[in-house]
Amino acid sequence: MIAPAVELIDLRKNFDATQIIRGVSLAVPAGERHAIIGPNGAGKSTLFNLISGRLTPTSGTVQLNGEDVTGLPPHQINRRGLSRSFQVTNIFPRLSVWENVRCAVLWSLGHKYAFWRGIEGLADVRERTETILEAVELTGRRRVQAGVLTYAEQRALEIGITIAGGAGIMLLDEPSAGMSVAEAARAVALIRKVSEGRTLIMIEHDMGVVFDIADRISVLVYGQIIASDVPARIKQDSAVQAAYLGTAP
Amino acid sequence: MSDVASDAVKVPAPGGLSSAGPAAVVRLAAPWTALAVAFSILPTIFTSGSALTMLSMMGIMIVFALSYNMLLGETGLLSFGHAVYYGLGGFLAVHAMNTVIHDALPVPLLVIPLVGGFSGLLFGIIFGSVSTRRAGTVFAMISLGLGELVASSSLILRGFFGGEEGVSTNRTKLLHVFGLNFGPQIQVYYLIAGWCLLCMVAMYALTRTPFGRMCNAVRDNPERVQFVGYNPRTLRFIAFSLAGLFAGIAGALAAINFELVNSAEVGAGQSGLVLLAAYIGGIGSFMGPVIGAVLVTWLEVMLSDVTDVWQLYFGLLFIGMVMFAPNGIAGLLMMHAPLWQARAYGSMLRLALAYLVALVPALVLLAGLILVIEMTYHLTVKGSEGTTISVFHVALDAASTIPWVAAAVLTFGGFWLFRLTWPVVGAAWHDAFAHGRAK
Repeated sequence: MIAPAVELIDLRKNFDATQIIRGVSLAVPAGERHAIIGPNGAGKSTLFNLISGRLTPTSGTVQLNGEDVTGLPPHQINRRGLSRSFQVTNIFPRLSVWENVRCAVLWSLGHKYAFWRGIEGLADVRERTETILEAVELTGRRRVQAGVLTYAEQRALEIGITIAGGAGIMLLDEPSAGMSVAEAARAVALIRKVSEGRTLIMIEHDMGVVFDIADRISVLVYGQIIASDVPARIKQDSAVQAAYLGTAP
Repeated sequence: MSDVASDAVKVPAPGGLSSAGPAAVVRLAAPWTALAVAFSILPTIFTSGSALTMLSMMGIMIVFALSYNMLLGETGLLSFGHAVYYGLGGFLAVHAMNTVIHDALPVPLLVIPLVGGFSGLLFGIIFGSVSTRRAGTVFAMISLGLGELVASSSLILRGFFGGEEGVSTNRTKLLHVFGLNFGPQIQVYYLIAGWCLLCMVAMYALTRTPFGRMCNAVRDNPERVQFVGYNPRTLRFIAFSLAGLFAGIAGALAAINFELVNSAEVGAGQSGLVLLAAYIGGIGSFMGPVIGAVLVTWLEVMLSDVTDVWQLYFGLLFIGMVMFAPNGIAGLLMMHAPLWQARAYGSMLRLALAYLVALVPALVLLAGLILVIEMTYHLTVKGSEGTTISVFHVALDAASTIPWVAAAVLTFGGFWLFRLTWPVVGAAWHDAFAHGRAK
């Protein structure tokens, strides 16, 4: 049988005496769009940090396509086909939009630390960068310094950097956070487009966005997944309603 | 030169980005050709011996400052010990030259900078493997520690570093090729100019490689770099090693120029000087450190001739730049680039006039400050030599009242008038850019 794209087995993370992630097990099959929801402080971003290598788990394992990647540094995990975006925009502010995306493209096309060849002559890099900019609709802003983009544009660039390496697994941390309704709708369309044929795990607070995109939803409460199912059943789950949606059971 | 002086934000050309065409080659080669021509004809304009020496020192400092900017400007690494690689490059070059002379090896002086470069690279690799694990304050502190370590061992290991008097050599005793014996300074100048140009081209080319661009990325956001597949440590390590290589070449050029290397070359003073040069020139653009190197070398030579406290002026200049022009001289020049690109020559002329109006009281203010500094220095440090001093070729008695009153009038009057010109400059600036945009 094919291994899941992402599999977490009894993952735990303590900060000193405080348990933040308390035994999370989750399998996300390849090609699934998976949403993680839960109240503030449930540990959603911590979970992403554990999967992507930003934090090392206290115990438990993280597997990508059947390979154990627990404890590897972020760049090693990225090279194994996982990329992520951040809740707080995390771009290269002094570089142009074009350079931001180009930097995110370089490693996956095998150019690594090359200091013996010019960057402008790399046709593959140029083409991929153009494609990505086209996809996130920033082609017209390519020459602008990334730090002076509007918030929504920076969020789009954030997604552009995330998809630029062509990773098979994408983690998006609140891609529509802070956006207006119209901007969020565009973000949803963008996410739908760029996650085509990939595995997507996203943290999202906007339930409209979640139910619009997700094939399956996991509900994280106080460091544990209390339910993981298709959207229709998550809506009716009484434990979820009690813990998260705040309605009486 | 605009292509060379491109800003930190490297902007691709619109439309077809392919730079393979002959037009692109010309556009790329033109500034370097112009620079090569300038390097060639400079000695025919500045013919005096002292000018030639200064030009040689500028060439060395350009290489050194650019190598420093590979760390600070390109990769965001603030080093307080970059002279280690410069100095060790110089020492190994001097020892190599002495070995070549002693054993009569068939090695010409022209290739000695390679010895310095390899030494700088080697020590860059050794020390870099330790210090580049972390960026920011940790890196800065380790660089300071390594600098002190090497500087103090230079006084202990007398066999290698030659103690306080240093190690001397004779550059004319190496293998002569093309009939060059490198006795006359003009020959040394051309050797330095050639290596300087070569290093400039190489370091500029490095900024336009996948590695160079990722250095900028690691400077901006080392964490994000990890999530696009790069190890920021590896990027910092390679940048550090290559910066050591070019610093070593600069050190070897200095060894050839002075035929002497002493422990001051690896010390904190030299490390500080290159930081000042890069920063004053501007770390945000490639040409910044070049401008800084030229200015700092000129100031170092000229000021130390006219005043004992030249380092004080130097420090004041640095503080002024950090406070009022953090992007350096290159940054100040680049502020005007939009006007130049818009061909708003009329606006530029009016702006220049406004600058001129502000410059006059600024110079008055400066004269007052110089008077205060020189008289204070004379009274406090050199009081035993009498109170008469010469400032701007005018003999003054620093103990009498009149010069102090004059200094006060110049300082405060100059500042008051200077203050009055600010709105004039501001208005001219505003007009120029409003006009530039309207175009």
